Amino acid sequence: MNILEADNIIKDYTGHRALDNVTVHVPEGSIYGLLGPNGAGKTTLIRIINHITAPDAGTVSFCGKPLTADSVSDIGYLPEERGLYKKMKVGDQAVFFARLKGLSTKEATVRLKEWFERLEISGWWNKKVEELSKGMAQKVQFIITVLHRPKLLIFDEPFSGFDPINANILKREILKLRDEGATVIFSTHNMSSVEELCDSITLINKSRNILTGRVDDLRQRFCDGNYRLSYNGDTQVLADAIAPFVKDWREAGQPGEIILNLKDDEARRPLIAAANAAVDIKTFESILPTMDNIFIQAVNNTQNA
Amino acid sequence: MLKDISLIISREYYERVQRKSFIISTLLMPILLIAMMALPALMMIWTTPDNKKIAVIDNSAIVLPALKSTTEMTFVPTVLPVDSAKVSEDYDAVLVIGKDVVQNPSNVQFYSHEASSMQTEQLICSQISSAVESRRLLKYNIANLDKILAEVKADVQMQSFRLDEGDETETSTMAYYFISLITMMILYMFIMLYGQMVMTSIIEEKNNRVLEVVVSSVKPAHLMIGKIAGIGCVALTQMFIWGVLIYVFTAFGMPMLLDDMAGGDMSALAAVQSIGDVGYIMGVFATMTLLMMLGYLFYSSIYAAIGAAVDNVQDASQLQSFAIVPIIAGLIFAMSAATDPNSQIAFWLSMIPFTSPMVMMARVPAGVPSWELALSMVILVASVVIMVWLSAKIYRVGIFMYGKKPSIKDLIRWAKYK
Repeated sequence: MNILEADNIIKDYTGHRALDNVTVHVPEGSIYGLLGPNGAGKTTLIRIINHITAPDAGTVSFCGKPLTADSVSDIGYLPEERGLYKKMKVGDQAVFFARLKGLSTKEATVRLKEWFERLEISGWWNKKVEELSKGMAQKVQFIITVLHRPKLLIFDEPFSGFDPINANILKREILKLRDEGATVIFSTHNMSSVEELCDSITLINKSRNILTGRVDDLRQRFCDGNYRLSYNGDTQVLADAIAPFVKDWREAGQPGEIILNLKDDEARRPLIAAANAAVDIKTFESILPTMDNIFIQAVNNTQNA
Repeated sequence: MLKDISLIISREYYERVQRKSFIISTLLMPILLIAMMALPALMMIWTTPDNKKIAVIDNSAIVLPALKSTTEMTFVPTVLPVDSAKVSEDYDAVLVIGKDVVQNPSNVQFYSHEASSMQTEQLICSQISSAVESRRLLKYNIANLDKILAEVKADVQMQSFRLDEGDETETSTMAYYFISLITMMILYMFIMLYGQMVMTSIIEEKNNRVLEVVVSSVKPAHLMIGKIAGIGCVALTQMFIWGVLIYVFTAFGMPMLLDDMAGGDMSALAAVQSIGDVGYIMGVFATMTLLMMLGYLFYSSIYAAIGAAVDNVQDASQLQSFAIVPIIAGLIFAMSAATDPNSQIAFWLSMIPFTSPMVMMARVPAGVPSWELALSMVILVASVVIMVWLSAKIYRVGIFMYGKKPSIKDLIRWAKYK
């Protein structure tokens, strides 16, 4: 079942179409990547999902019903540009935002204490936001986003501005929330930062949806016959032996390892046989493309088409 | 919806009321005002004037008996020659009266170590004049001169009355004029100050992007209304505290001050008494608070639209003229309305929403028919509703516009968005 279905969304700004017939279906309980370069229209789509702006055409349904202003209490949104009231104390501020989402002061306080302990920031309750570092403020903002236990979590560029340690803590917590039943949408231009987390993705480029699918499927689809072969033996002998079966090959960074591009799937077994005769094979594995590569290919495909 | 707005209001309110600057300015301002008003009076009480010793060399022998010593100066006859009197340490000044002073009244010299005050000179002059005058009168040998003089003497004191519906109230136009000036200045200050506070607060929210987090839970229009109302409550709190202080001052401070002034100018006393009436002052104060809140709501929604449209305070300066020009115009018209509260132009300007808060305020202390006040307020309330609605539309679009400095054309287009 899809928790969110945005169909044929069109949004025009003066002299500029921000979203052109974009369709996104997010399965419940999944982690969904909304990928694309800066200015592709991701944030506009997210604002529409958050009921901040209205689309010019198209429909959005949430949990099977048309999206309304009340739906946003089931959505948690971490905007790309983080912002908190600087003069307000961390605790007061978190309670304020929680109450805006419909929690009672008491409930909010209990949950906040829990989260503050979980992220090891209990000492910050009475600090003013302006006293916090950027990374610290981000943690607070993350808690504010997830505190009301929304069904759908939307993170816009979640890991920018985090050091690797805190980014990992954040990833861990997001996965935990997913395991507890939340659906997560990541919106980012930094595709490598989320590819290992996402189940499905949608690639948006120049206001259009250019690619949608499960990450596993897409990687297979864009695999393109690249393999890594590591071995003990003479490189030249190997090269001669495999030459009939590959389009090209090159040495991977270190000795005893090459990356080759297979002519077609049929050539795999003869290639292994030939290589096996020439050198002592240690590993042979298919190289799955990175999201960046997939993105570049997808963009090229749409431009050629 | 109401819960959202009340949450926003309480956040805006407590954030500001808890600031040190708010507490200090709220308490300091009236103290400063009262100090400014009370200082001259206190100075008079505190500075007991030095008693100046003036040596008198009366060559005419008619002036000296007429000179009366006061607390400020004592006249001492001396037989010393002029030059030695001048250098003598015993005297602060030397007064020399010429022998022929009755015929030649300008034959009077006054030597002083310090520059003598105008008041001192006038006092001495008038005493010498009356001595010379009575001596000249005596020459005519008029019978019963003293009696005639006593009968002729007139001490004019004017009391002005206003013709009201039925009863005559003793008034002083001057006092009303001053109350008009003070109240409309306060009104102007509040509208300007708190209106701009709304604007800068919105710009700040927009700048640090907290806005986007808030509007993912609250409708932009609710956020705007909550902000305006929250800051308005801050203004009301300040007003309330000042109101209490004014009440205490007029109810307890003013009578004390009046006691000190007893024996002073009677008409001034009456004027002060009439404005010192607690009921009257509180009535004016309540009207001012009401007009202030309506004026604030009207102008702060203009300021809110401006704040939403721009990225920083510098960019706002140009658009701000849409608020500042009418406010200043209102102030200027109000000043003229204070001098002539019932003119045709004052009436109309107190009905037009842009100028009405200030101009109406200027007219209120002297008294306006209640239907005029009511009509003005009804028009203002309706304008507030329209302005808030219009600003909310601009606000909703503006808060997500970054980078480009919008023109007035853009604002109109935004307001037309569905």
